[in-house]
Amino acid sequence: MGKKGGNLGLAVAAALVALPFVPLVLWAVAGEWRFPDLLPTAWSPRGLAHLVEPGGGVLGATLNSLLIGLATAAASVAVGLPAGMAIGGYEWRFKGLVIFFVLLPILVPPLASTMGVHVTFIRLGLADTVFGVFLVHLVPTVPYTALILAGVFSERTGELEEAARTLGASAWQAFLRVTLPGVLPGVAVAGLFAFLISWGQYVLTLLIGGGSVVTLPMLLFSAASGNDPVITSALALAFALPAVLALVLALRVLKPGERAGGFVGPGKVS
Amino acid sequence: MGGRLKIALLLAPALVVIGVLFAGGLVVAFVQSLGYVPAIGMTDLTLNAYREILSDEDFFDSLVLTLYVSGVSTGVATVLAVVAALALRRSSGRVSAVVFQLPITIPHLVAAVGIALVVGQTGLGARIAALLGLVGEPGDFPALLYDEYSVGIILTYVWKEVPFIALVVLASLRGVASELEDVARTLGAGAWQRFWYVVFPVISPSVVAASLLVFAFTFGAFEVPYLLGKSYPTILPVMAYNEYRDIDLSARPTAMAINVLIALITGAVAALYLRLARDLGRRG
Repeated sequence: MGKKGGNLGLAVAAALVALPFVPLVLWAVAGEWRFPDLLPTAWSPRGLAHLVEPGGGVLGATLNSLLIGLATAAASVAVGLPAGMAIGGYEWRFKGLVIFFVLLPILVPPLASTMGVHVTFIRLGLADTVFGVFLVHLVPTVPYTALILAGVFSERTGELEEAARTLGASAWQAFLRVTLPGVLPGVAVAGLFAFLISWGQYVLTLLIGGGSVVTLPMLLFSAASGNDPVITSALALAFALPAVLALVLALRVLKPGERAGGFVGPGKVS
Repeated sequence: MGGRLKIALLLAPALVVIGVLFAGGLVVAFVQSLGYVPAIGMTDLTLNAYREILSDEDFFDSLVLTLYVSGVSTGVATVLAVVAALALRRSSGRVSAVVFQLPITIPHLVAAVGIALVVGQTGLGARIAALLGLVGEPGDFPALLYDEYSVGIILTYVWKEVPFIALVVLASLRGVASELEDVARTLGAGAWQRFWYVVFPVISPSVVAASLLVFAFTFGAFEVPYLLGKSYPTILPVMAYNEYRDIDLSARPTAMAINVLIALITGAVAALYLRLARDLGRRG
């Protein structure tokens, strides 16, 4: 395969990746777009205005999504960091079993377990609350943060920590001054990941939020089931925004070699 | 001893979260599938729910549809991913990074909505077909949403998962494969021979591992089929959800029995994946 063939292939791949965004962007700013016109015949700010309309509900839903996403990311990192340290940094018995257990919520759809906890959540008053939704979002996010951070810790040799201890640092000081700064980029990636997973959740929020906790995907879903492609497309673009921003950030911050490893997992963002 | 305690303490928070919210939820789901739902006055343990769904034609229609959607999505995505990885392995830089990362990062719902606006009967595809004089009315364009063959769902999954598998293939190509390929080329192997005898054996274990992940995910995923699928038959997770939402609370054990079967199938795939991944790790 020559250089030319590679460029042609890349162009084809880029076009296929961009394809679903073409109607989304056009519809979001369309005023009139009848069949079979290839392009809208009139433009309108209606779709984008809907996003920021006071009392339109989108701002409130966005705020809910942000709040739940940030809380989920913070809690997942807090819970996943020590677990990642244990899995990646040390050798112990039954490690394979624990990894299987941690991996399970990624592969077994959390729909089943969430229907199971629903009754208990109702009894505890957690159903239909933002806090309850935050709790079930931890099910898909904690495994990812734990496994990403396990990968980060497995690449550390512990030599720097040893040197710090030799120079008189306590175990806690060595962790705070040497380990933590070393794993910080990994922590940022794990947190970003957890945020995106939470941000993309639909069915867990639907089950536990019971319609009382309205997040952005709830609005997008009901718009998509309706018949207004302008509003649907505007919501879809708003919903895609954090993912696009995260990607831009990742491309700027991470070195080329790190890019491929930065994002793993199938469909982890929904 | 101190070391073991330290490991246990480090693991404890994550294991509690997963143990209570995930494993605990699955246990409750299993118990409810046996007909034990005291909240609505059902306390007899029976296998009726399983007996019921296993003799139910609706369930088998759903199971077949679910296997079809996840099987075809995984198969098509795997083939396209290998082709894409081989074609694009030498391109680097921002464009290829965006091409590979964007679909992985974008939420499924956004992809589903975008694909629907491309392949729907008034979508971009139908408009282009009309421009070429192939169709007159939107109804002339084949129905690819809410359709018999779940085309919209499969296309959404393929769009989302090809880059994921392709990245895995790229990672394994970067290693020993390219060196071996050069050797094979020097020895006079043709392009197809190089692929079939050199590249394919090297990448196939990680391709299979990535495909298993995609299969498990698409088997248990809810929202894309919920949005783009027809109302009968539905895929299993949607069927479980509909039974769960049923006003008749006695349908609850049925919903949970479907859930337990989904969990068993995806759990088995997970075990298979881990085994493969461990063997891959051993080989280096």
